Amino acid sequence: MPYTKRRRLVSSAVAVALGATALAACGSSSDDGETQAGPVSLTYWTWAPGMDKVVDLWNEGPGKKERITVTVKKQASGDTLVTKILTAHKAGKAPDLVQAEYQALPTLVSNDALADIADSVEDAKGEFAEGVWQQTTLGTDAVYAVPQDIGPMMFYYREDLFKEYGLSVPATWEEFAETARKLKKAAPDKDLTTFSANDSGLFAGLAQQAGARWWTTSGDKWKVGINDDATRKVAEFWGGLVEEGAVDNQPMYTPAWNKALNTGKQIAWVSAVWAPGTLTTAAPDTKGKWAMAPLPQWNEGESSTGSWGGSSTAVTTDSGHKEAAAKFAAWLNTDADALNALAKESGIYPASTSAQLSGAFAGPPEYFSNQPDFYEKAAGIAKTTAPSAWGPNVNVAYTTFKDAFGAAAKNKSDFTAALDTMQQDTVADLKKQGFGVAE
Amino acid sequence: MSSLAPHKAGPAAGAARGPARRRRIALVPTLTLLLGALYCLLPVAWVVVASTKSGSELFSTFTFWPGTGLADNLSDLSAYRDGVYWRWMGNSALYAGLGALLSTCVSAFSGYALAVYRFRGRETLFNVLLAGVLMPPVILAIPQYLLLAKADLTDSYLAVLLPQILSPYGVYLARIYAAAAVPADVVEAGRMDGAGEWRIFSRVALPMMAPGLVTVFLFQFVAIWNNFLLPYIMLSDDEKFPITLGLYTLLEQGANTPALYTLVITGAFLAVFPLVALFLVIQRFWSLDLLSGAVKS
Repeated sequence: MPYTKRRRLVSSAVAVALGATALAACGSSSDDGETQAGPVSLTYWTWAPGMDKVVDLWNEGPGKKERITVTVKKQASGDTLVTKILTAHKAGKAPDLVQAEYQALPTLVSNDALADIADSVEDAKGEFAEGVWQQTTLGTDAVYAVPQDIGPMMFYYREDLFKEYGLSVPATWEEFAETARKLKKAAPDKDLTTFSANDSGLFAGLAQQAGARWWTTSGDKWKVGINDDATRKVAEFWGGLVEEGAVDNQPMYTPAWNKALNTGKQIAWVSAVWAPGTLTTAAPDTKGKWAMAPLPQWNEGESSTGSWGGSSTAVTTDSGHKEAAAKFAAWLNTDADALNALAKESGIYPASTSAQLSGAFAGPPEYFSNQPDFYEKAAGIAKTTAPSAWGPNVNVAYTTFKDAFGAAAKNKSDFTAALDTMQQDTVADLKKQGFGVAE
Repeated sequence: MSSLAPHKAGPAAGAARGPARRRRIALVPTLTLLLGALYCLLPVAWVVVASTKSGSELFSTFTFWPGTGLADNLSDLSAYRDGVYWRWMGNSALYAGLGALLSTCVSAFSGYALAVYRFRGRETLFNVLLAGVLMPPVILAIPQYLLLAKADLTDSYLAVLLPQILSPYGVYLARIYAAAAVPADVVEAGRMDGAGEWRIFSRVALPMMAPGLVTVFLFQFVAIWNNFLLPYIMLSDDEKFPITLGLYTLLEQGANTPALYTLVITGAFLAVFPLVALFLVIQRFWSLDLLSGAVKS
């Protein structure tokens, strides 16, 4: 920020004297930055571990040539970061670059916090699968972010135990249910997997695979389809399995869940490409015993998957150097060296298709050394990711999911009623926020 | 506050010593307090035990059975991002130490003034303060951020220190304590002897208020040490983070990176020490009774 000392004094005095009434004047200070004559310095809020080392590559390489220096300010991930960005944006002080999950982009864009960088990142488009790129455009001509990592969903199972119980890898969800029942018969104390009501992202991904479109626009109104037919099908499927006791109903990521995976009480996991990292810490004793397969399909012969997780790099409207920031965002997510470093330092699975099979992804993850073609398969699955449709209040939908489905899973009661609650609460919140909602 | 619970259990157990008839009655409160102490101490015990476990032992071995990873956890924590943990610890000490000290000074001045001087609007001022006590500081964090952003002070040490200097509860406590501990006669006597107002405050009233101010200091220290939202909103540079925020970033590393549980637990365990030490050191000031013998009653 090119604040002079005198300016700071003046603004302090104004702030003290006028308090909150002086809030409007700040945004002007950054306008003089678009002409990139002098050296540019950018700040970048990200939660990816080791990102500072990746950014060093930029600062010492292309950044030095272009005189663009980037400083990483490490943050905690999650919905709270979105709140923090919006608060900073209200004061005109958002950083130049932010890391944002795909489902957070509509929230940020509807608050006018993200800049349209379509002109600066045009060349990058070809590096990404269409379904991934579409998430950063929100279906418009604008581009609000550059994809960084993705989380295509897959099916993980204990190869040894599947053999022991004579189970075959399910190709459809129907077979998945049969497998769960068959296991229950063979070993009543074991579960195929669990339905976790704590993980909204998992349910959203499963619905996405089934073809759900939770948020769409018609005209200038939002249309919420959380209880559409596709999602209803998914909810009924899992609700049925929980009700008959074919799968467990305990949440994931708890000590008990870790133990269940580690001891073979649960023998499969519907997860995403980042599962090897989680399994390494959750189930260290079962290393080399797992295998990965595509997600079961709703109809035989189809191939489609959802995504769970993934994030992008966006430029804020508060940035005084949007073009420079966009240049960095494009480099970070398309340059081979940068992506290699990201994989090594931050452990991400790149959105860039060319990086999905090179460098760190040439061989399988250590935990899956028994499956040498792990990442080849993963890249193939990633291509089949169904399009997603996020809206401006994903956080509200996610919170009500946890409450409504949490209760339903615990009581083994009707999942579709929980789905209706989720739909109603999400619509009510959109209206409360002042969005037009098409019924 | 949990560290107060065992001390409270002490006197209650002592009170049970007496005639046999009373002892049976005192059994119930003693048991209740012991249960309360257990309730407060169990999570602490969990943290202590869990901090000795290595990553693979954490969720797989018996909860209250110590593991073998304490040394590794400590060195991992110190090595994490070139020892940023100790920087957070230092930041917390600075925010809490300096903040509590300044806050105690402000509370002492204003509490004394409100208790001893009669001036127009005194009660109104005090009532406004009382309203401030009822207002949770959390809801002020965002307005404070917007205000400090105007002054270009966000993401600085001052951004966290300034809002916490005025503590309505501290002023309230100081006023109540000054009204009870500094008799008007003593102030009057000082004036008769020709002491100035500053001298009366610093030499006569301040020592009398000391136990109360120690309480204010401790309250404010703990409040700042545990504060999360204000620094979370104010700071973006993790070199300036206090310990609460730092540990949070270790937990929330993004969906594809497992949380660093062992580091967080070990970090939380170490972060308890300064508070315990502070309580042990400052506790003795509470028993000082400067009042005795100051006035004849």
